[in-house]
Amino acid sequence: MADQNLLVMNGNEFTFEPGETILDVARRNSIDIPTLCHLKGTTPTGACRVCVVEVEGARTLLPACATPAGKNMVIQTESPKVVEARRTIIKLLLASGNHNCAARGSDEQDWTAFQLGVAEDDRSDQLCPVWGDCQLQDLAYRYQVTGEGLPGTVVNYPLEDVNPFIVRDFSRCILCGRCVQACNEVQVNKAISFGFRGSETKIIAAGDKPLKDSDCVFCGECVQVCPVGALVEKNVRYAVRPWETERVRTTCTYCGVGCQIHLHVRDNRVVKVTGVEDVAPNYGSLCVKGRFGYNFVGAPDRLTRPLVKKEGEFQEVEWNEALDFIAGKLTAIKEAHGPDSIGVLTSARISNEENYVAQKFARAVLKTNNVDHCARL
Amino acid sequence: MTNTIACVEKADVILITGSNTTENHPVISAGVKRAVSSGRTRLIVVDPRRIKIKEFADHYLRPNLGTDVAWINGMMHVIIAEDLHDKAFVAERTEGFEELKAMVAKYTPEYVEEISGIPAQQLVEAARLYAQAGVGSILYCMGITQHTCGTDNVKSLANLSMLCGNLGMPGGGVNPLRGQNNVQGACDMGGLPNVFTAYQPVNNEDASRKMGAAWGLDGLSTSIGMKATEMIPAAHDGRLKALYVIGENPLVSDPDLNHAEDCLGHLELMVVQDLFMTETARMADVVLPSRCFAEKDGTFSNTERRVQRVRRAVEAPGEAWDDWKILTELSDRLGYPMDYADSEAIFEEIRQVTPSYAGITYQRIDREGLHWPCLNEEHPGTPVLHSAQFTRGKGLFHAIEWQPPAEVTDQDYPLYLTTGRILYHYHTGTMTMRSKDLMERAPESFVEISPQDAATYGVADGDRISIASRRGQIDAQVKVSRKAVTGTVFIPFHYAQGAANKLTNAALDPVSGIPEYKVCAVKLMPGS
Repeated sequence: MADQNLLVMNGNEFTFEPGETILDVARRNSIDIPTLCHLKGTTPTGACRVCVVEVEGARTLLPACATPAGKNMVIQTESPKVVEARRTIIKLLLASGNHNCAARGSDEQDWTAFQLGVAEDDRSDQLCPVWGDCQLQDLAYRYQVTGEGLPGTVVNYPLEDVNPFIVRDFSRCILCGRCVQACNEVQVNKAISFGFRGSETKIIAAGDKPLKDSDCVFCGECVQVCPVGALVEKNVRYAVRPWETERVRTTCTYCGVGCQIHLHVRDNRVVKVTGVEDVAPNYGSLCVKGRFGYNFVGAPDRLTRPLVKKEGEFQEVEWNEALDFIAGKLTAIKEAHGPDSIGVLTSARISNEENYVAQKFARAVLKTNNVDHCARL
Repeated sequence: MTNTIACVEKADVILITGSNTTENHPVISAGVKRAVSSGRTRLIVVDPRRIKIKEFADHYLRPNLGTDVAWINGMMHVIIAEDLHDKAFVAERTEGFEELKAMVAKYTPEYVEEISGIPAQQLVEAARLYAQAGVGSILYCMGITQHTCGTDNVKSLANLSMLCGNLGMPGGGVNPLRGQNNVQGACDMGGLPNVFTAYQPVNNEDASRKMGAAWGLDGLSTSIGMKATEMIPAAHDGRLKALYVIGENPLVSDPDLNHAEDCLGHLELMVVQDLFMTETARMADVVLPSRCFAEKDGTFSNTERRVQRVRRAVEAPGEAWDDWKILTELSDRLGYPMDYADSEAIFEEIRQVTPSYAGITYQRIDREGLHWPCLNEEHPGTPVLHSAQFTRGKGLFHAIEWQPPAEVTDQDYPLYLTTGRILYHYHTGTMTMRSKDLMERAPESFVEISPQDAATYGVADGDRISIASRRGQIDAQVKVSRKAVTGTVFIPFHYAQGAANKLTNAALDPVSGIPEYKVCAVKLMPGS
């Protein structure tokens, strides 16, 4: 037993593999240590310190995300000391910048004045656009903290929305660095980084330019990992609230990678797309088409009725009429010229089931092997 | 792909050729970039354009268009001459090595430089790196296949991989990156003129009998059908009278569009099943509204042979039907009833007649897809192909000589044109061009030319210019870019206005029938 990699967490023994962090061991065993800056698969930065835990014998609390699991460690993940530290961290985060949800609180000015100030900052009279979908807000509720008692800091960087996809609201950024990790270590587009220093610190793109003038390819990985409302899809901001949508897991319809995606649906419309985390082949990552190219689904010019060309013009007809017409023509052509005078182009876009039926239609019904698709094109 | 997407990050060296990975397969490119950035993996990029992924490469080689067989033979020449090949793998797993060795003898780096323009020393260094690294992965895409010698190009890459013993293990392989969501599945399902599902040949009597029995029919046709690229000209000469098109837009995606349009005009009946009134649908006699991926249930098979679920999220607009439902309704009217309750019922029939899919069920792939072949319900699927032996037993080296492309430059058409996709659009743009956001980033067709060519022709970024080949002429905006190499221009094929395929050459690879989209000769006409 003495040789085994064992540690004690909240009074229970757990084994660990060399190289695992305290956080890894906790997550594997369903012990909930909160995190903000931690991003799976990237180098831990220990920036936010929300994940601190108490380790017997250590002089200070240690960040679980960046501390390797050690033999015979005795760890408390939710001790009074830990909770007190987390409350302070969360309070500081709430006081920095513009977190105008109920959790922010305000003791400097009345609520109306506060909201009016906020409205000026983010060009909106609403609460934060990610209200109800914010990890900082979740933590504020979990640990019952508000930003009251600390002077709020003013963020002087204006909101950036001069691109079609992503709104960057620096007033809501908590500088956790997840977006920087996602851009540099996950997608490796190297478009954004930390810029300036001290209280001026800001996430910058290409020497502090708008995203559209940088190396950004709008994959949206940064938006997906942002724990607060600093990075939001432009079409989602103030248009979609998470509790109004239903998520449906499916496979992306663009290239052959087959990314696993969640379609967020409201009122029979796809209103947002996110990558499914922790599942092959994409583990949450997407590209600009997969994440933002869904408008075609509910496009107003979708075909909705069968059309038959009569005297050079398309006319809407009933399904029966269209199908009878096609069946009649195919039968006549087959009788006059043989089955090999008919060809079927099936499709690399449609499902396996539909491709199977299409080739069966060609072979069993029309009796021809003239069936192909655009694999070559 | 012989291997998986995740495998790419296990390679010691990656050779990318004919794939603009960051724009066309961004999520796979992220894996390549992670592997290289971590210092675990070296990267060789061989591409006629200075594409983004080149910035991550240890070696970037720039071949002239259509010279792939030459540089691949050259790499094999160096590897054999320097005795760097995997002799155990060659001896145990392959045959035809002596013929290959004799053939590549003349492809010295100097001779290859004459053909490809790749400096001899660069070729030698890249060959050494590929051969000496532990496990090597080859990633390729349409830059390899869309040539009159596309089949030869692919076989040559397979030669290179086998020579270094890189097949059948994690991190290795010869990996085509497939460009469309279900192009793998369309092939697996027998959406090809020569095979039923799982590549069972239509001219094999056993396969034909087996399929006939499953479908309750005798006498299925055993003669191989026409490929898509053969159907279009067959319409012109009257052998094809009717064409039924499902979710394709050949009047933007086919080569030599002026001719293709003329051909389709000869048909007695054209039916198009699509989401939108595409360029092709406009020419049809009947247009039928179908459902998109978000409105249907089923499966797609991705580039790594992983069969994954597709689930309905929204109701289809108006009277749009599932593509399978349209076909079965038509089938009923033609005297062969097909009765399926839903897509799962069709999948169950697929399993019965498709050995490689036999073990896959909707339930098994509910959370994570399975790689075919998956032979029964206990089978775990096959992430890596050819680990014990190849399909035919031993891997066969094909000794292949380089052939020039079908069209080369001359006095009248002095520049090479190559075509492809860009990040913000997908194929003929039917889907992506309905996003104003994507359109804002990539609104119109352009011709990418090198700064030196821009100076030669006296054009600047943003100018409008005419480009002509022997087959057609288009206008496009000039994009001066360091991605372009002097003497070669690039035009994306997505756009119906300024359609690159009015210029491209419909010369086909004799085996695969793929058109030579990647090489043709053009001229630029500024100010016209």
